[in-house]
Amino acid sequence: MSENIIELRNVTKRFPGVVALSNMQLTIKPGEIHGLIGENGAGKSTLIKVLTGVHQPDEGQIIVEGQECKFKDPNESKAKGIACVYQELNIEKLLSVTDNVFINNWTKKGFLLDYNSMHKKASEIMTSLGQDVDVHKAAGTYGMGIQQMIEIAKAVLLDAKVIIMDEPTSSLGEKEVAQLMKTCRDLKARGIGILFVSHKLEELFELCDRVTVMRDGEFIATKDISEWDNDSLIAAMVGRTLDNQFPKEFGKKGECFLKVKDLTIGGVLDHVSFEAYGGQILGLAGLVGAGRTETVRAVFGADPIDGGTIEVKGKEVKIKSPEHAIEAGIALLTEDRKGQGLVLAQPIRTNLILSSLKEHSSGVLLDEKKIEENGQRNMSDLRIKAPSLDEITGQLSGGNQQKVVIGKWVNADADIYIFDEPTRGIDVGAKVEVYNVMNRLVKAGKCVIMVSSEMPEVLGMSDRVVVMRGGKVMAEIDRDSKHFNQEDIMKAAWGGSLDE
Amino acid sequence: MSDKVKEVKDVAEVSEKAMKKQKGGFQLGTVLALVLMCVILSVLNHNFYNVTNIMSVFKQTAFNAFLATGMLLCLITAGIDLSVGANAVFCACIMGAMKQAGMSSGILMILVAILLGTAVGMTNGLLLTKLHLPHPFVSTLGMKNVLWGLALVVTNSQMVSGFPESVQWLGKKTIVAGFPVSFLVIIALYVVMHIFLSRTALGRSIYCLGGNKEATRLSGINTDRVLLFCYSVSGLMASLAGILSVGRSGICNGANATQPYDTDAIAACIIGGASFMGGKGTMIGTMLGCLIIAVLRNGFTLLSVDSAVQNVVLGLVIILSVFMDVVREEREVKRRRLASAKK
Repeated sequence: MSENIIELRNVTKRFPGVVALSNMQLTIKPGEIHGLIGENGAGKSTLIKVLTGVHQPDEGQIIVEGQECKFKDPNESKAKGIACVYQELNIEKLLSVTDNVFINNWTKKGFLLDYNSMHKKASEIMTSLGQDVDVHKAAGTYGMGIQQMIEIAKAVLLDAKVIIMDEPTSSLGEKEVAQLMKTCRDLKARGIGILFVSHKLEELFELCDRVTVMRDGEFIATKDISEWDNDSLIAAMVGRTLDNQFPKEFGKKGECFLKVKDLTIGGVLDHVSFEAYGGQILGLAGLVGAGRTETVRAVFGADPIDGGTIEVKGKEVKIKSPEHAIEAGIALLTEDRKGQGLVLAQPIRTNLILSSLKEHSSGVLLDEKKIEENGQRNMSDLRIKAPSLDEITGQLSGGNQQKVVIGKWVNADADIYIFDEPTRGIDVGAKVEVYNVMNRLVKAGKCVIMVSSEMPEVLGMSDRVVVMRGGKVMAEIDRDSKHFNQEDIMKAAWGGSLDE
Repeated sequence: MSDKVKEVKDVAEVSEKAMKKQKGGFQLGTVLALVLMCVILSVLNHNFYNVTNIMSVFKQTAFNAFLATGMLLCLITAGIDLSVGANAVFCACIMGAMKQAGMSSGILMILVAILLGTAVGMTNGLLLTKLHLPHPFVSTLGMKNVLWGLALVVTNSQMVSGFPESVQWLGKKTIVAGFPVSFLVIIALYVVMHIFLSRTALGRSIYCLGGNKEATRLSGINTDRVLLFCYSVSGLMASLAGILSVGRSGICNGANATQPYDTDAIAACIIGGASFMGGKGTMIGTMLGCLIIAVLRNGFTLLSVDSAVQNVVLGLVIILSVFMDVVREEREVKRRRLASAKK
C-alpha cells in the first residue's frame, strides 16, 4: 500500500505538433488538498484529461493506490475512484437534484427506479455537504454553488478517493466560495484527496496543503504551501526566456485614435478606461476571463453595454452594432475564427469582401472585376496559400483562414484594428506573418489593439500594455517602463499592485 | 511519404474529382430526372405531350414558383416560412371579402392583397429578429394557423367568385399559343432574382448569413435587416400567388389554407439543391424543382391515379428530397475531411 492515492510518473502526452504534457510528476495523498497552478496553456487541462481517462498518455505511468492503471475511457478512471468536477458543470437543469446525483448510477427495485431510497440517499449526501436542499426540486432552480455541490455529491456517491476540481470558484460568489472551501475541508477530513486547480493565488494559500506548478506542459515544482509565497509562485509559473520570434518594428506614435471611458457591462466590465494611439500596438494582457474579449466586443458593438463612452479620434461615437463600429473605422478580428470570423462554406472571394460589400459594388451589382483584383492582391500581400479565390474557406489551414479574416478587415480600411488572440492555434510561420501584418499596419499609422494570453507575444509585440483582471483595468505599462516584464505583468494580472 | 498518407491523398483526389463532377452534375441530374419523367409520361399517355397540356403544366407551376421564391430566400438563411400557403389563401380571401363588401376596383384589391401579404411576411421577420423566437419553424407554423382562421373569418367561410378582370389577369390571361402570362411573369421574376442572389451585395449577404450568422453580423452586416427582408419578400411572393390563384380558379376559398402548398414549395427548393442547414440554393434549381412537382401532379391526373395515391407518392418525393439533402451534406463533410487530410 502506497502513501499516495494517485501518483503520476513521467507522464507525457503528445498531440500532432505539440507536446502537451512532458514528464509530468504528481502525487496526491489521502486527506490532502493539492493545488495545481499554471498559466493559460500550461497543460493543466491535459493533465486533468489524462487523470480522468479522456486522454491516454503516450509515456509514463499512472499509479492508483500502488497499482499501475491504464484508463481506456472515463468510466475506467471513475471505477478507480477518480471523479472530476469540471468548470462547465454537467447538470441536467430540468431534472431533480436526485436524478442528477444518481444519473447513470440508478438504484433499482426490479425493473423500476427506486426513488424512495434514492431521494433519501441524495438528501443525506447533500446534507453531509452542508446543503439543505429539497432534492425533489429541479436542479436548475438552485444557483451555481448548489449545482456544483450536486456534482460533488455525484463523486461522493461513487465513493471517490480523489476529486479533481477544475477552477471550481470561477463562477461562484463570495459566500458560495466560502461554503465550497468548508466542504473541501470536510471531504479532506474524510480522507478524500482533492486536486484543486485554480487561477487565484489567495485561494491556494487559504486552502491547500501542497501546490504543484506547471509551465509549458512540464512539471516545475511541488512544495508545501508554507514554502511558497506570491512571488515565488508567479516566478515559477512564468520563468521562461523570450526568444526572437517577434519581429517587432516600431511605428511613429500618432494621435489618440481610441479613447474608452468607464465602459461598463453589469457583472462583466467595471469602468474600463484606456487609450490607444495611432502607430502603436496596444497589448491587452490578463488571464482567461479577465474581461479582455468582453471589452473589445463592447467597443466593437458586438454586445450591448450598460454605460461608458467611446471616442474615436477625439469625437464621441455611439456604437450600437458592428455596422456602426465599422463606419467609425474600427475592425475586430474575433478570437473564435471559425465560429465568428468566417463563413466556412463560402469561397475565399466572398469572405474577403464581407465587411466591404459596398466598396465592392458598382451601382446595384457587385463589381466582380474589383473583387477579383482586390482578392488577388490580398492573396499575394498576405501570402494566403490556396489554389484560387474560389477555394472553400473551410478547407484552408488555420493560419490561412486567419489571413483571410485579416484580409477581410484590411479591405474594410479601418483605422483601429483590434486583434483578439490573433495567433491562437496557428503554426509558428503563420504567426510571424500575422506579426508582420501588424507591423505594416502601425507603420502606416494605424492603431492596433492586440488581446493575447501569451505573455511572450504581449511583450514581444506591444508598445504599451493594459493589464486586466476581473473586468477591471489593473495597470497600464509602457514599453520603456521598468514594469514592462513578465513578472510585473503577471503580478498585475493576478491582482497584485505594482510599485511606482 | 508513407504508403498510408499517399493512399489518403489518392482517395481525397479521387473523391474531389467525383465531387466536382457531382456538383456540376447535380443540376444536370435534376434536368435529366425532369426529362425522363416527361418522356415516360409521353409514352404512357399521348395527352401529355401536346401544347394545351404543356401550357397547363406551366400554369400549375406558376403558383408554386411564386411561393418557392420566398421559401428559397428563407431556406438560404437557414430558416423556413411555413405560412406561405396560408398567406396566399388569406390574400385571395381578403380580395374576396372586398368583393363581398361590394367593392369593384380590381387595382385596389390587388394593392390591399400585396400590402397585407407583405405585412404578414414582415411580421414573421419581426417575430424572428425582435422577439427572438427560437426558430421560424414554430412562429411561421403559428402564423399559418392564424391566417387560415382569418381567411375563413373575413369571407364568412364562403367561397367568393365574380372577381373583376384586372384581378384575374395574372392567373387567367394567355399570350400566343395559350402561353400563360403568369409563367411569363415567373420567368422574368426568376431571372431578376437569380441576378439578385448571385450578383448583388444583399444577395451575397443572404448566403453568408445562412452559412454563419454571427460571423456575418460581426462583419458589419445588419443581419436582422437581411432576415426581415427575406421574410417580407416571402410574404410579397405569397400575395402574388394568392392573386394568381384567384385568376386561375375564378374563386377564393379559405378552406384551401390547409392544402400542402408550403410543403410543395419546400420540396421544390430542396429538389433544386437548397439545404435546411442554410447557405445554399439557386433560382435555377428551384425552377427545376417546381417543374418536377408540377409534371408529377399533372401526370398523375392524366393517368387518373387516385388522388390519395398521388399524395402518397408526392409525400415520398418530399422525403426523398430531404434524404438527398442529408446525403449531400454528408458527402460534403467527408470531402472536406479528406481534402484537409491531404494537406
